[in-house]
Amino acid sequence: MINIAEAGRKGIDVRSDCYVYIELKKSGGLKIDIESRVDVLYGKSIRRIVKSGCEFFGIKNAFVKVEDSGALPFVIMARLEAAVKRLGKGGRKEFLPEMLDCAKYPTKRERFRRSRLYLPGNEPKYMLNAGIHKPDGIILDLEDSVNPSEKDAARILVRNALRQVDFYGCERMVRINQIPNGLDDLNYIIPHNVHVVLIPKCERGEQIKLVNNQIAKILKRKKSVVYLMPIIESALGIINAYEIASAAENVVALTIGLEDYTADIGTQRTLDGKESFFARSMIVNAAKAAGIQAIDTVFSDVSDMDGLRYSVLEAKSLGFEGKGCIHPRQIPVIHEAFAPDETEIEKAIRIVKAYKEAESKGLSVVAVGNKMIDPPVVKRAIRTIELAISTGKLEKKWMEQ
Amino acid sequence: MRLVKNTAGRYVPVEINGLKSEPFQGVGAYKPKGRKAAPKISSCIDFPEDGNKIVPDLKTALIKAGIRDGVTISTHHHFRNGDYVANQIFDIAAELGIKNLRWFPSAAFECHSPNIKHLDSGVIHHIEGSLNGSLGEYCSQGRMRGLGVLRSHGGRYQAIQDGEVHIDIAVIAAPTADPFGNANGVNGPSACGGLGFALADSQYADKVIVVTDNLVPFPCVPWQIQGNYVDYVVVMDKIGDPSKIVSGTTEITRSPDRLYIAELVARFIKESGIMKNGFSFQAGAGGTALAFAVELAKLMKKENVKARFIRGGSTKFLVDMLKEGLTDYILDGQTFDLEGVKSMRENPNHVHTSPFTSYNFHGKGNFASIVDVVVLGATEVDLNFNANVVTHSDGRMLHGIGGWQNCLFSKCTILAIPSFRDRIPVIVDEVTTLVGPGELIDVVVTERGIAINPIREDLKDAVKNSNLPIKSIEELHHEVIKICGKPQKPILGDKVVAAIKWVDGTIIDSVKQVLKAQWGIKLPGAE
Repeated sequence: MINIAEAGRKGIDVRSDCYVYIELKKSGGLKIDIESRVDVLYGKSIRRIVKSGCEFFGIKNAFVKVEDSGALPFVIMARLEAAVKRLGKGGRKEFLPEMLDCAKYPTKRERFRRSRLYLPGNEPKYMLNAGIHKPDGIILDLEDSVNPSEKDAARILVRNALRQVDFYGCERMVRINQIPNGLDDLNYIIPHNVHVVLIPKCERGEQIKLVNNQIAKILKRKKSVVYLMPIIESALGIINAYEIASAAENVVALTIGLEDYTADIGTQRTLDGKESFFARSMIVNAAKAAGIQAIDTVFSDVSDMDGLRYSVLEAKSLGFEGKGCIHPRQIPVIHEAFAPDETEIEKAIRIVKAYKEAESKGLSVVAVGNKMIDPPVVKRAIRTIELAISTGKLEKKWMEQ
Repeated sequence: MRLVKNTAGRYVPVEINGLKSEPFQGVGAYKPKGRKAAPKISSCIDFPEDGNKIVPDLKTALIKAGIRDGVTISTHHHFRNGDYVANQIFDIAAELGIKNLRWFPSAAFECHSPNIKHLDSGVIHHIEGSLNGSLGEYCSQGRMRGLGVLRSHGGRYQAIQDGEVHIDIAVIAAPTADPFGNANGVNGPSACGGLGFALADSQYADKVIVVTDNLVPFPCVPWQIQGNYVDYVVVMDKIGDPSKIVSGTTEITRSPDRLYIAELVARFIKESGIMKNGFSFQAGAGGTALAFAVELAKLMKKENVKARFIRGGSTKFLVDMLKEGLTDYILDGQTFDLEGVKSMRENPNHVHTSPFTSYNFHGKGNFASIVDVVVLGATEVDLNFNANVVTHSDGRMLHGIGGWQNCLFSKCTILAIPSFRDRIPVIVDEVTTLVGPGELIDVVVTERGIAINPIREDLKDAVKNSNLPIKSIEELHHEVIKICGKPQKPILGDKVVAAIKWVDGTIIDSVKQVLKAQWGIKLPGAE
């Protein structure tokens, strides 16, 4: 039997995290030892959490040591739970922090997904302020950014973050692990108002169905929708892009991971990206054919803002509507580059005005000048105007001007 | 120790290290009367006619200057964390068996922590000056014999001119000097820029020793310190570590949250109309302040706005603005990097200033109140906009005041701060230590929004049509407590370990002893 376990991190460079050590004893009750950088302000509250956690999991005789570097309660709870589970204790019990009101907002199928910010799922310090940078989506990542030995701890932390962190209106996303391992991740996130699940290394429509079956099982009869964004990262995935994009109603966007894709086709990523042109166009085409959004890969050089701007403009010209990023400072650059330019805005205004006019006159045909306008063009123009407003390029009350 | 409640509602000692002290009476309420202090009369006939004041070493100079039990020795902090000189003074004093010195630095840094052994042994009785790092921790724990006294840069000048602090021996480390004692900080291998913090010391101390590692023949120009005030000159191999003299605080922050704060500050200055042709601003050396200057420069370029002057703490970012014509002048009190040093040396529009010109309470005016906007940091701000820079929320003393208090007199004072740090709330209901009265603090910019002091209706009006995230300080506080949880009140000891001076010399607050050593920090000599 294991009687010692630890979880979390300690050390001079660690921030907003804590380290928990539990040693089970045969007798002697519970001994809790807490060292915290915020002891003077929160020492008592930390002790209370640890004590109630041990009681919750039925740990009666143990030595528990916490070394805290300014972790918030949901982090302390997650680390304690991870350590308990590593002892093989607690069964399926979850030591859940309260689901805060700020974690309950919904999302919409049709919302912008221009920027999605990846956050390592086992690193609490990045989570707290991510939302203030206003990306369209925040991804709590359980896959590549989490060390295999920490997967269990990351799931618990991500679950708690979903219940407690205010992401200020950003779409709440989680990237699970590759199917089939990722199916188990769903148990930790689906009940906690995750908006979009990113499915990495997706190759077949069947995988979407596996995910949806698992989600249905977890949600039982609850009528909430969880959206999916498959990430295609292989030659086979590209070939099956349309099958994946159209595999289920709740697939809202299709995206691509170029690091793995280029490795899979036996080449390397270059700046001009000739090697991935086909794959990226396939993504755009498959997504559009299925009526969903096409989202481009991550731009990972955080120091190269000009490169990022160029890359977004190029993605936009191919038909992509979003880009992944790993640093908050990339967000404004991405939004700026996806924003429509003056001519696009003017054109959209003319079309939408003509549409409104036709609508008010009860006409079924929209025309600008002597040119007929089709419904997809009107839809696109409305989208352009929304984009322009959201990036501050157009006043909210533009119709009155 | 008898404490009285001052007008800010804080309990402060009526006597500090045996000297009667005035409690704070409100901003602008207290004016010392009488005549300024003065050093003893000296006559040129007592000094070598050939102008050569060189003595063999620092020990000789200190003995000649009359070092003895109980005197006050001053040093400056232009070498920041790279100073080699101050520690030697007290090692020599220990060797000579001298006790009970008062050390009066313009600030002390981590490099000065070896002096803890001299505090323990009684060579140094106490320190009056900003206490950073380990020395702050030492004082916080109540281990210093005397009471720490923290003053602003301007307040230090005021204390010297009032006669509140009489300097017996000033030791001025100088990157370049001549045998007569003329000295500057712009030339030489240990160049640090200006020497303004040592100006009062040179003028008011009984004895002045200049220590250099770069002796030049007379005349040493520019003479930021005039040899006519100097008694002895000492030449040694190395007076400091150049890599630490001008680095450490000059990196632009990479924290996205702080960059965002910096951007908000710059946008606020633009949207409020402060950023216009001929305006002036001051930015310090912290990562956020540097980033702010860079953001503001972008906006100034875009709007084609030029400043009349920038107050530094200069860095290469301010120097770039001067070079690009975004400002006519840099008025520089301390130089933070080599680009700044070079610019001060070569560009006549990069002007050397001292606390006398910029901050001094007993000047006939000072620059601080002329500046249109100043951007500062803080460890805490409370619901009345009162702010703290000296202690952390756990009561621990970790920072000096610097020019912070003096800068509050700017036309618009902005504190650019995170709303919390590693769970420690920065926006609090009441500051642990009062260092700056809320009436002088106009705007608080955090990553979660901007709060404008209600007394600044004009600023509120100026930005009401902008898309800046304006909130009340109460809203910000509420958000922080929601995230961090409501902190318990720190339990501090009864013993007062330090007094905080206001710019006029009155006591605005006192610092109590902390009861537990900071986890993770080991003091030299601590068990």
